[in-house]
Amino acid sequence: MYKIIEKRDWHPTICEMWVEAPRVARKHRPGQFVIIRIHEKGERIPLTVVDKKPEEGLIRIIFQKVGKTTWELGTFQPGDYIADVVGPLGQPTHIEKFGTVVGIGGGVGIAPLYPILKGMKEAGNKLITILGARSKGLLILEDEMRAISDELIITTDDGSYGKKGLVTDALKELIDSGVKIDQAVAIGPAIMMKFVVKTLEPYKIPCIASLNAMMLDGTGMCGVCRVTVGDQVKFVCVDGPEFDGYLINFDELMSRLTVYQEEEKIALEKFKKEHPEIFAGVE
Amino acid sequence: MAEKKKGLNLNRVDMPRQDPKERIKNFNEVALGYTEEMAVAEAERCLLCKKPLCVEGCPAEVKIPEFIALIREKKFVEASRKIKETNALPAVCGRVCPQEEQCEEKCVLNKKGAPIAIGRLERFVADYEAAVGAVEKPEIAPSTGKKVAVVGSGPGGLTVAADLAVMGHEVVVFEALHKPGGVLVYGIPEFRLPKVIVEREVEYIKSLGVKFECNVVVGRTVTIDDLMEKEGFDAVFIGVGAGAPIFMGIPGETLKGVYSANEFLTRNNLMKAYLFPEYDTPIKVGKKVAVVGGGNVAMDAVRTALRLGAEEAHIIYRRTRKEMPARAEEIENAEEEGVIFNFLVNPVEIIGDENGWVKGLKCIRMELGEPDESGRRRPVPIPGSEFIMEVDTVIMAIGTRANPVVPMTTPGLETNKWGYIIADEETCKTTKKGVFAGGDIIRGAATVILAVGDGKKAARAIDHYLRTGEW
Repeated sequence: MYKIIEKRDWHPTICEMWVEAPRVARKHRPGQFVIIRIHEKGERIPLTVVDKKPEEGLIRIIFQKVGKTTWELGTFQPGDYIADVVGPLGQPTHIEKFGTVVGIGGGVGIAPLYPILKGMKEAGNKLITILGARSKGLLILEDEMRAISDELIITTDDGSYGKKGLVTDALKELIDSGVKIDQAVAIGPAIMMKFVVKTLEPYKIPCIASLNAMMLDGTGMCGVCRVTVGDQVKFVCVDGPEFDGYLINFDELMSRLTVYQEEEKIALEKFKKEHPEIFAGVE
Repeated sequence: MAEKKKGLNLNRVDMPRQDPKERIKNFNEVALGYTEEMAVAEAERCLLCKKPLCVEGCPAEVKIPEFIALIREKKFVEASRKIKETNALPAVCGRVCPQEEQCEEKCVLNKKGAPIAIGRLERFVADYEAAVGAVEKPEIAPSTGKKVAVVGSGPGGLTVAADLAVMGHEVVVFEALHKPGGVLVYGIPEFRLPKVIVEREVEYIKSLGVKFECNVVVGRTVTIDDLMEKEGFDAVFIGVGAGAPIFMGIPGETLKGVYSANEFLTRNNLMKAYLFPEYDTPIKVGKKVAVVGGGNVAMDAVRTALRLGAEEAHIIYRRTRKEMPARAEEIENAEEEGVIFNFLVNPVEIIGDENGWVKGLKCIRMELGEPDESGRRRPVPIPGSEFIMEVDTVIMAIGTRANPVVPMTTPGLETNKWGYIIADEETCKTTKKGVFAGGDIIRGAATVILAVGDGKKAARAIDHYLRTGEW
C-alpha cells in the first residue's frame, strides 16, 4: 500500500499527488514511469513520475482524468492509499550535452517532459521549451518549466494564454527565426508527436518521443504495448518509452490506443452513474 | 479389503468433472476432485512397491508410497503432511503436474495401462487438509542468521523459499506483479488451478516465516547487487521464469485483436477481466478466435476464449495431434468443450480491416518431413496451399523466452545464447558467487514441477553455501 501524502488539483480534470514509494523514489531516473493499481479490483495503468524526493521516499505523479481509473484516483485524498505502485519502469532518457535542446510538451505530456528537460538543463544544454494546452486552465508546470528553461514559449489552442495555435506552429516559427537546434524532445498526444516530427523533418533535427502506449504488467511480459519502430516491433515498457521519433509508426500507436475504447466508455459511464457528485460541474 | 496381491486391480478411479456444456459457461474448476471413498479405493490399488519407481519419476521427491499408505488408513491429514515433507505445493502439483510423464509414467501398473492416479490422490489430501483446517507447520530449524532473497514467486521461488525457511534462514521473496504466485496466478486459468489454492499455498509458506514483497521488479526497482551489498542478503535465488512472449514475426501482428497468450491470460487470470466491469480490466474476445500453438498455454488460452463467449475457438498447429506438447488430458478437455483443431496449418499473415482490426488469418498447409533436433518430424509448408480463415481474434501461444532484465542488470551473471541464465544442473549455482537460479530462466519454458525440483536442489545448495561459505 502506497500512501498519498499531498494532493493538488491543477484543474478539475488534472491532478497531482505526492505518494510514498521509497524504492521507486530511490531508483527513478528521468524518462522512467510507474504502473499503478488503485485498489483490489483496479486495472494496471502506466503513470508518469514527474519528480521525486528520495530522502523522504516520495514520488510525484500528475495525471489527467480521462477514464474510470483516473477519475476514481482523483477522488483519493491525502492519507488514502494506492494499492500498488511498481517501478521505476522503462529505460531512462539518454541525457547528454547536445547544445541547444528544444522540449515540446502537450497537455499532461508536459509532466513526463519536466524531469527530462531538467536533466538536459543540468547536463549543460541551452534549453528552449514549448508548452501547449487546449486552454489556459489546462496548462501545467509553467513556473517550474520557466525556472529551468532559457526560453519558454506557450501556446493554447483557443488563444486564452500565450500564443494562439499549436506547439508545431511555435516550433516552426522558432526554426524559421534561425535558432540552431541540436536535439528535440517531444511528449504529448501521439498526434502531436507525429506532427512535431513532421515539422522537424525538413531540417533533419533529431527528435526523441516518449510513447504513452497501453500497458498491463510493464515488465515485458505481455506485449500489449508493442509498436513498430523502423522495421522492428518494440515493447514500449522495456525497450522504451522513448524512441527515435523519425522511426515510430504513430498511426499504428494511435490505432492500438483505441482497442478498449468501447469498454473504457462502459466503465466510465457505470462509474458516473454510481458517483454523479464527482462529475458535477465538470464539462 | 486390502489384499490385492494376487489379482491386480486395473480399475483406475475416475475423477468427476464438470459437464462440458456447463463448464464452458463458467470459470470454475473443471476437475472436481475425489471423494474420500474414491481416494481410498484408488489408494487400495497401489502395490506399495518395495523399490518405488514412481518416486524416481518425481522431481519433488514426494514420498509417494508412504502417503498412499496413509490414505488407505484414512489418515488424510497425515498423508498431506507426508507430501509436504518434500513438496510445499501439493495442491498445485496435484493439479498441474504432467504426472503421466513423471510418477505415473513410472508406476508399475502403467505397464498394464492403469497407473495409480498419484496426482489425484495428492490433490485430494492437500485439499482435505486445508478443508478441515488442519494445516500445520513443520519444525523449523534454529535461526542461522543468514538472509536469502528469492527473485520471483512462481513455483521455483515458492519452493526454495519454503525449504530455506524450514532450514532456519530468513527469506524474502520479491515479486514484480502485485500478487505472489507467478505463472500460477497470471498464467494458469482458474478452471485448471483456482486462485484460492495458490493463495492457500502462499499463506502456508508465509506461515513458515517467509516474507513477500510485491511490486519489486528486480533489475529495475532494485538490482541483485543492491540486494547483496546494500540490503544484507547473503544469497540470491533467481526464479523469474521465461516471461517474454514470442510473436511469429509475420505481417499484421500489431493489429487490434492480436494478443500474446501472456496478455490474454494475464488479463483474465491475474486481473479478472472476465468479471469486467465489476473489475476494471477489460478483455475483448471476438466471435471467431484462433489460438496459434499446441502446448498447455494454447489449450488454456483457447478454453478461456470459449468461456469468454467466443462462438468458434480454433487451435492452429503446424504439426499433428501426436506432436502436440500439451497434456493429453488438456487436449481432451478442449475437445469436449468444442475447440476446433486445425492441424498441419501455419499462419503466414494476419489480415486487418480498414480500422486496424483483425479480420482474417492467412495460413499455409504443412506436411511432416524429416525429424528435427527435437525428434519430432519437421513441418514443411506445401507451396500454393495458402488459405484465409475468417477470424477476429488471434492469440499467439507459440512459447516464451527469457526476459533479459535481470541478466542485463547483474554484472557477472552469464547467460547462454538464448538468454537463459547459465546454472549448474545439480546445485543451481550461476556464474556469480552467492547467486543461484532455477526454473524456466535456466532451461526455457517447461513445467511447474521442474521448477519445484530446481527449487529443492537450490535450497540444499544454498543452505550448504550459507553454512560453509564454500562456493
